[in-house]
Amino acid sequence: MAKKKEILRGAEIFCRALKDEGIKHLFGYPGGAVLHIYDELYKQDAVEHILVRHEQGATHAADGYARATGKPGVVLVTSGPGATNAVTGIATAFMDSIPLVVFTGQVSTHMIGNDAFQEVDCIGITRPCVKHNFLVKDVKDLAETIKKAFYVATSGRPGPVVVDIPKDVTADSCEYDYPKNIDLRSYRPVVKGHPGQIKKAAKLILSAKKPMIYSGGGVILSEASKELTEFSRLLGYPITNTLMGLGAFPATDKQFVGMLGMHGTYEANMGMHHCDVLIAIGARFDDRVTGDLEKFCPYAKIIQIDVDPSSIAKNVPVDVPIVGDVKHVLTDLISILKTEKDKPDAKALKEWWKQMHDWKALDCLKFDRTTDVIKPQYVVEKLWELTKGDAYVTSDVGQHQMWAAQFYPFDKPNRWINSGGLGTMGFGLPAAMGVKLAFPDETVACISGEASLVMCIQELSTCLQYNTPIKILSLNNRYMGMVRQWQEFFYSSRYSHSYMEALPDFVKMAESYGHVGMRIEKSSDVEGAIKEALALKDRTVLMDFVTDQTENVYPMIAAGKGHHEMHLSSDTDRELA
Amino acid sequence: MRHILSLLMENEAGALSRVSGLFSARAYNIESLTVAPTEDPTVSRMTVVTSGSEQIIEQIGKQLNKLVDVIKVVDLNEYRHIERELMLIKLTAQKEFRDEAKRMVEIFRGRIIDVTENTYTIEMTGTGEKLDAFIEALDDSMILEVVRSGVSGISRGDKAIQS
Repeated sequence: MAKKKEILRGAEIFCRALKDEGIKHLFGYPGGAVLHIYDELYKQDAVEHILVRHEQGATHAADGYARATGKPGVVLVTSGPGATNAVTGIATAFMDSIPLVVFTGQVSTHMIGNDAFQEVDCIGITRPCVKHNFLVKDVKDLAETIKKAFYVATSGRPGPVVVDIPKDVTADSCEYDYPKNIDLRSYRPVVKGHPGQIKKAAKLILSAKKPMIYSGGGVILSEASKELTEFSRLLGYPITNTLMGLGAFPATDKQFVGMLGMHGTYEANMGMHHCDVLIAIGARFDDRVTGDLEKFCPYAKIIQIDVDPSSIAKNVPVDVPIVGDVKHVLTDLISILKTEKDKPDAKALKEWWKQMHDWKALDCLKFDRTTDVIKPQYVVEKLWELTKGDAYVTSDVGQHQMWAAQFYPFDKPNRWINSGGLGTMGFGLPAAMGVKLAFPDETVACISGEASLVMCIQELSTCLQYNTPIKILSLNNRYMGMVRQWQEFFYSSRYSHSYMEALPDFVKMAESYGHVGMRIEKSSDVEGAIKEALALKDRTVLMDFVTDQTENVYPMIAAGKGHHEMHLSSDTDRELA
Repeated sequence: MRHILSLLMENEAGALSRVSGLFSARAYNIESLTVAPTEDPTVSRMTVVTSGSEQIIEQIGKQLNKLVDVIKVVDLNEYRHIERELMLIKLTAQKEFRDEAKRMVEIFRGRIIDVTENTYTIEMTGTGEKLDAFIEALDDSMILEVVRSGVSGISRGDKAIQS
């Protein structure tokens, strides 16, 4: 006789489903519509609930957790403002294809549409910034919908999924049956690439005289770092990573030519401009990467590998498109390349590398090391040295983000955690908290700026409550640095509302939250301060570095310019062609 | 160029808004959009008439396919196909104009489906062009109301687009 199924209330089903899905952490904030669920959370200990201080913090923390672990981040918020506060974090995850499952409370089904207290059309509001969303109208659909949500969020090109649960659904009861597998007739992501296309790509790859490998966040999402590294080493071709793809190939490897794009290295961008075969792997030709599309890779035949067909040839026409999971396609490519009689053109490649080294000799990332005032680049460089390049580093958005990307070479995937697509200030601190919860024994640093940092500063409380000792390095230049930089370049130095007046005393602020605060004003004190902070293993430390106010991020391609039209520094201000 | 896209999608609440939202969010054109359930009540058929360069049309197809509720997307322009649209049109039809209105309806193979002392209501199907031609053939002052269904399309021959 079949085992009789249990009858459970919706709120119990919610908790059991998370447990059966293997979820360990739930980031959330209670409120009226989710109180039945919170009552059940109180009675169980399979899932640890992390009480954030603002719903935006919940989504960013879950997002950081997901980026570091490769597992879905899970969020629970209430209806109305709980849901709307979560939207920025949902959109952040959407733009970077991060698997999140966000549960939002909703008013009871009979109240929906009545402008009830704390009611918003959560499905409507989140529709454009989720991979998919569900409104659960009947408790009988709850378990299956949760399974679908996790499946959709984590498969194919990952992304956030919202599940909106009305309060009465959490009170109603039904048999509990959590499906092991789910099959959706309307959703079947491609995994294997087309063998004919892969063969064609292999042929083109081997015919290249000036090849470039350009890989993005898709490699990290597909957990294909090993395959990418093997593929690149097999060929010996130069490789560049996008901002989202850093760490997928070891940055200290001699084949790595740095990040590309607006603030990428000279050699990476010139390599893009002059290459004859471009191998794009899990990268989406974002405008910050391509610059002016008219001038993009004018001499190249382009191969693009992506799991999402709509990413292929969206911005740039592609010669050999391959739809498939990057990991599978690379594995197939590697096995073809290994058995292929043809080999890369060693002579042409030698010439190409010589050209690369000439470009590299310009030392595009050099900065003034003689000043006593703290150069922000120096802080990042020291952090890299002192953590032996092995920390998890989150960032916010702006100049400090670019310096982190330029001066902290990542050798492993999932270590560099930032909001690339949406560019969300306030991301870094909660994201670091999420990472630290996933990896309590690892060093987790948040490189931020004084403007970004305060956008989610309230999460310092959460850090204390759940004992997540992260190290925050605030590069404090008393400006919204990137805004100031653009105003200097493009608005004749009219610094309209980019100056941060009336800043708090960050040391006292850290202390008032129960953490350690430091203020560092001289270049010679940087190393000591970071050492001291890292030694305080069980404390969250906020390092307030008073940095050079006028430092700009170089090199730079101005918006609308081509890869070959880079500015290297302000004193020469030369455009190189 | 004008394209007719035929979609099969899950007959779920909100599916229509996912499609219309996609078109507005990505600034794609919609000339017309029709939707109704098929012989399988869990599946809806949507017909979207849109226009754009080949590259845009390709993107629209891919973006529609990416929607989790969408089962299938077919560009009917790639097939030999038939398109039809239904129009209901109300005309003033008084005294000496009554006969002329009736003749026009016959020429265009419409049907008069409601009659009052002053008006005719006409049902007419055909391609959008034919319906346009009928409207143009009438004196503007005769037209009281026009209701058009938007385009439905189906491929010719044995091939059927099924889920």
